[in-house]
Amino acid sequence: MILTTAQATLSHWKRRPGQLLTLVIGLALATALWSGVQAINAEARASYDSAAQSLGQSTLEILEPVSSETLPQSRFAELRRAGWLVSPVLEGRYRLGDRTIRIRGYDPLTAPVAMQPVNLTDPNDLLGFIGGTVGFVHPETYAGLELSETDLEIYAQAALPLGVLLVDIGTAQRLLDQRDAISHLVLWPDQPAGLESLRKLAPDLRRVRPNQTSDAARLTDSFHLNLTAFGLLAFAVGLFIVHGAIGLAFEQRRAMFRTLRALGVPLQSLVIVLASEVMVLAVLSAVVGVALGYIIAATLLPDVAATIRGLYGAEVTGNLQFRRSWWLSGLGIALAGAALASAQALWRVSKMPLLAPAQPRAWLRASSRGITIQLGVAMGLFLVAGLSVQYFSGLIAGFVMLGSLLLGAALILPGILSALLNMASRLSVRPLTQWFWADTHQQLPGLSLALMALMLALATNIGVGTMVSSFRLTFTGWLDQRLASEFYVTGRDQADADALLAFLEPRSDAVLPIWRVEGALNQHPGEVFAVADHPTYRDNWPMLRAVPDIWDLLANGEGVLINEQLWRRDDLSLGDTLTLPDGPNLQIIGVFSDYGNPKAQAIIGLSVFDRVYPNAARLGFAVRIDPEKVSQLRADIREEFDLPDTLMIDQASIKSFSLGVFERTFAVSGALNILTLGVAGFAMLTSLLTLASMRIPQLAPVWALGQTRARLAQFELLRAVLLAALTTVVAIPVGLVLAWSLLAVVNVEAFGWRLPMFLFPSQWLVLGGLTLLAAVLAALWPAQKLARTPPGDLLKVFANER
Amino acid sequence: MNVKVPLFLLLFPFAAFGQGFAGLGTTAADNFDVPELGTVFEFPTDHGQHETFRIEWWYLTATLTGDDGQDYGAQWTLFRSALEPKRTESWDSPQIWMGHAAITSANAHFHAERFGRDGSGQAGVTAVPFEAWIDDWSMMGAASVGEDALDEIELRARGGDWSYQLSLEATGPLVPQGQQGYSVKSEDGQSSYYYSQPFYQVSGSLELPSGTVQVTGQAWLDREWSSQPLSSDQTGWDWFSLHFATGEKMMGFQLRDREGESFTSGTWISVDGTPIALAPRALVVSPLGFADVEGREVPVSWRLRLPDYGLDITTTALNDQSWMPTLFPYWEGPIRFTGSHDGRGYLEMTGYEPAQN
Amino acid sequence: MLVDLKNVQKSYGDQPVLAGVDLQLDAAQSLALTGESGSGKSTLLHLIGGLDQADAGEVAVAGENLRQMDDAGRAALRRTTVSVVFQQFNLIPSLNVAANLSFQARLAGRFDRAWTNALTERLGLSGLEQRYPEQLSGGQQQRVAIGRALAVRPALILADEPTGNLDEDSGDAVMSLLLDLVRDTGAGLLMVTHSQRLAARLDRRLMLAHGRIA
Repeated sequence: MILTTAQATLSHWKRRPGQLLTLVIGLALATALWSGVQAINAEARASYDSAAQSLGQSTLEILEPVSSETLPQSRFAELRRAGWLVSPVLEGRYRLGDRTIRIRGYDPLTAPVAMQPVNLTDPNDLLGFIGGTVGFVHPETYAGLELSETDLEIYAQAALPLGVLLVDIGTAQRLLDQRDAISHLVLWPDQPAGLESLRKLAPDLRRVRPNQTSDAARLTDSFHLNLTAFGLLAFAVGLFIVHGAIGLAFEQRRAMFRTLRALGVPLQSLVIVLASEVMVLAVLSAVVGVALGYIIAATLLPDVAATIRGLYGAEVTGNLQFRRSWWLSGLGIALAGAALASAQALWRVSKMPLLAPAQPRAWLRASSRGITIQLGVAMGLFLVAGLSVQYFSGLIAGFVMLGSLLLGAALILPGILSALLNMASRLSVRPLTQWFWADTHQQLPGLSLALMALMLALATNIGVGTMVSSFRLTFTGWLDQRLASEFYVTGRDQADADALLAFLEPRSDAVLPIWRVEGALNQHPGEVFAVADHPTYRDNWPMLRAVPDIWDLLANGEGVLINEQLWRRDDLSLGDTLTLPDGPNLQIIGVFSDYGNPKAQAIIGLSVFDRVYPNAARLGFAVRIDPEKVSQLRADIREEFDLPDTLMIDQASIKSFSLGVFERTFAVSGALNILTLGVAGFAMLTSLLTLASMRIPQLAPVWALGQTRARLAQFELLRAVLLAALTTVVAIPVGLVLAWSLLAVVNVEAFGWRLPMFLFPSQWLVLGGLTLLAAVLAALWPAQKLARTPPGDLLKVFANER
Repeated sequence: MNVKVPLFLLLFPFAAFGQGFAGLGTTAADNFDVPELGTVFEFPTDHGQHETFRIEWWYLTATLTGDDGQDYGAQWTLFRSALEPKRTESWDSPQIWMGHAAITSANAHFHAERFGRDGSGQAGVTAVPFEAWIDDWSMMGAASVGEDALDEIELRARGGDWSYQLSLEATGPLVPQGQQGYSVKSEDGQSSYYYSQPFYQVSGSLELPSGTVQVTGQAWLDREWSSQPLSSDQTGWDWFSLHFATGEKMMGFQLRDREGESFTSGTWISVDGTPIALAPRALVVSPLGFADVEGREVPVSWRLRLPDYGLDITTTALNDQSWMPTLFPYWEGPIRFTGSHDGRGYLEMTGYEPAQN
Repeated sequence: MLVDLKNVQKSYGDQPVLAGVDLQLDAAQSLALTGESGSGKSTLLHLIGGLDQADAGEVAVAGENLRQMDDAGRAALRRTTVSVVFQQFNLIPSLNVAANLSFQARLAGRFDRAWTNALTERLGLSGLEQRYPEQLSGGQQQRVAIGRALAVRPALILADEPTGNLDEDSGDAVMSLLLDLVRDTGAGLLMVTHSQRLAARLDRRLMLAHGRIA
């Protein structure tokens, strides 16, 4: 019986393949965007994890210097000879051709197994490795290396993290030009009993517990949450299509359902058959969607990887794997979405009286009650949005607010359009115009789902576009202020740096030290910078909050400046105290904006730095000089000091690099944006096509009263454009509210900085134009179909009374 | 330390019998020096390392008696393996160091293993002043001026929950093995440079999980270096160092052959330290009793006969489970023997593979 | 007794439709139910077909009390014992003639190919099996609906103005086919019609007025 019933319900799709296609494509597109985003996230997280694991960072404790960048390697032998099982590591950035990679040097003889990703069991391999002629990189990194730029024999090794060149400790010291230096010592998990304590043996070293979640994973968390939100938004838009398609398919089969029940199909069996049908279609669509998602993710991944490398310095593979985590989530969300979209229709079937007139109804008839309910729900959602921003904090609350806001705006849209159309109808005098408005009004419920999807896509576009453009404007201005010095140079070691200072002073307007130490600031990973008392800072440094005479106080060592991230994250105020890593408490006297930096940052005066960190490396300088002389200075330094290019950078290069990172970051948002708009356009097309087939009974009387089919088709086109235009008008304020939430709530929670909002009306015009174009394209085909409808079909309306 | 280092399975060919790699590293290639008959040892230089030879060791075993009346054994070994016949002062020096240490009692066997290399000072050997070390394990010369550097040494080693500290004083001279220190290891001519100091009197303390034990006893140091230790047919060895109650000493070993007859050799050392090389195959060794050790059948009791010297003894292990589960596992532990002669000694057995199921 | 109604009452809201109806129908008997619009004749038909439930009284079909059945029980009754032929033909638009014809029999698990072929032949539908309902005339569609009802070999056929949507000629033709086939299969027939002319062709006739048998 079930099979026979299924045969009947399924036969509907055979007769209407277009509807089936709409359903499958809609759900597939929604699933594709969602699973694509999840695939990217999963790949990135896997990269972070494997990076942490393959080098033992997630399991092994380390000893690192408290107040300097490196420690002398003699400390390694000292601790070993005191019985402590430690192993030396030297890390650093290294320029190979046009690519900067991370070098990690270790000692295969003393390293714990957990940090040994390569097999050196063959004596010849070991000889090559410790002999300094061999290095290993991940196969993907290998593919991008200019091997001719190095005399190392480099081999690909899949167990390695991306972007890391694994070499012997001695090789690392040679390549990084840091003889006798090590970055940290790794502690074996089990140490012999009865040793003298490390506190006594090595007071200059700090014992650091392994990071269960890697630094990269923590720093990039908000980035991935952002992507997820985008995926969810796209899915929501797709869900509107699915809801429409399923609703339509159920409405069109109401008569059939009734017949089936009259012929003796129990209600329960019917509901089971229909629910299974939806689920089978959902699985089918999910498979297509996951496949599409894979393509989307594979296309976007290189950009995402570049962004994450630029923003956070974390490496993400460019190769996408088919991971269970994300394709399962794609499948799950497709099923859940289909269930959600079909719940209402199924509920209606189960409540459908056996004997009521078996005609398609409800969703073609203007349902003022439906609009009222939607208005109520929308108000509720706005309330949720308001409450979540008022009473809760955190990124999740930010997204709850965004979601409620958007959904509420979508739900309120039919009400607004209905009111506008009513008004227009009342104002019009000529009968045909009056019919046009009334007819448009009647179409509204059938189109409202598509229009809601369009509104969401438009609002998202405007919101994200405004955010990105505001960010770009702010960011470029900020870069100009922040990077006031024309040239930046770093010495290889202290001797280098001292000589550089002497060399630079007579050749420039000013040489400003840039000295820094890393350490925790209020438990956040952070860094402390020292700056000189100089007009470069007094005139340019972008302050958000400042006490009077801030630069005098700073120079006198009477305060500390902190970046916006730290300020917002810990809700600090001017006058609060901040504890420097291994240092004193200082009063916070200013807050500066620091876009793009995931870490907490503090700035102190040189005198404090000298006192607190006497052993810190003092290697970097900012040089004020006539921009035209920069390239000459660079050449002179290279001549005199043989400094590699990696240690010298001019203002223009940093700026272009930073802006490059910025553009790539938002390239992904842009791509998702366009895809979402595409999905919405598709929703519009399918809705119009569906309506067109039901329009004939409504249009036939008008045709009979003396309007040509071509004229009627023009009206159809006009209506689509009009509705799209009205939707765009509503979408603009929604988009701006969205932009505001992104800038003032989500960004603050995700990245720790707040950006001023700027308006870009020309963007709205372009977007509006695109939307109208999309509406025309979507309406063109159904209108043309109408214009070519044989008069006989129109006549049937009168002959075949129902 | 329950973490195994996945390294250089092939690095220490002398210990690689169990791995089935006996055929590798048996010929001196890559310009390594080979021992030559007639070379005279030069001390103290020869106490130091010989980097142009492939492998070398400083191998000390002590038979001890504690103030608790119990027998103990202690082992301290530093191995050197060269990847190339050269040495530099930095990390790229191709010399690899491996340390083994153990304490054996009747019912426990503690052991530890360490790895290291040149370049940082973590491990190495200096001839003057004499010290061989890896991490906090050390064999340090403490002899007065005019004495041989090895006449007095301080020895220390540490494992996870145990350590020892021993002072050793030689009561006899260094003893060259084989033909003035040229020791033949097979009839194909494989050989090594080999001398011993078998006359140590020991005192010191063992730190065990159960507490501190003061110990005294005797010890035997072997110094050996070579580039081609074994013939490819040889599957392992059984090596004995015996302290007779009479004050005489004997070193004897059997190199087991895959197919043919095993090769035995050894040295009889008189009370004044005069060595007499035993004729090849003069020493007859035969296993008497086996124990199941880590899934292997290991002969922990032996009969040794040397008719020329009226020797016919039976050895028993202090602890049948004196197993060194190191990268290259082997059996090493103190023994007692009775029969024509009484005394204590040390037994090392390599190349016993797990039973095939 | 095929159908046995005792004091059946039914109202929609405040509007009483049936005010105590008693009705009996024997096996293989045909009965015409006539009356004005709104006299409650369709409602009575729906109650007997298990499409609706009486407020009071007893409804028994083929010895089974419908008032004690749940939805699944009534559905089973409609599948196997009672077939309904509506004024609107209620074919499944996405299935072709052959599939529509055998549909209910398949649902009931009683599909008999020879019988279905014979029905197709007698209903004059041969050659139209692959067509879809929208490609048929009204008379042809109703013949498919009749075939569908008979294919399951029901004990009782309920017909609600089966020719109401057809012109007189094809209506007469369809009615003749229906009566012949019902007689041949030995099924009972209860037909609602407002046409006295058609009613006269059945064994018995009853008139309903104001919710009672007149």
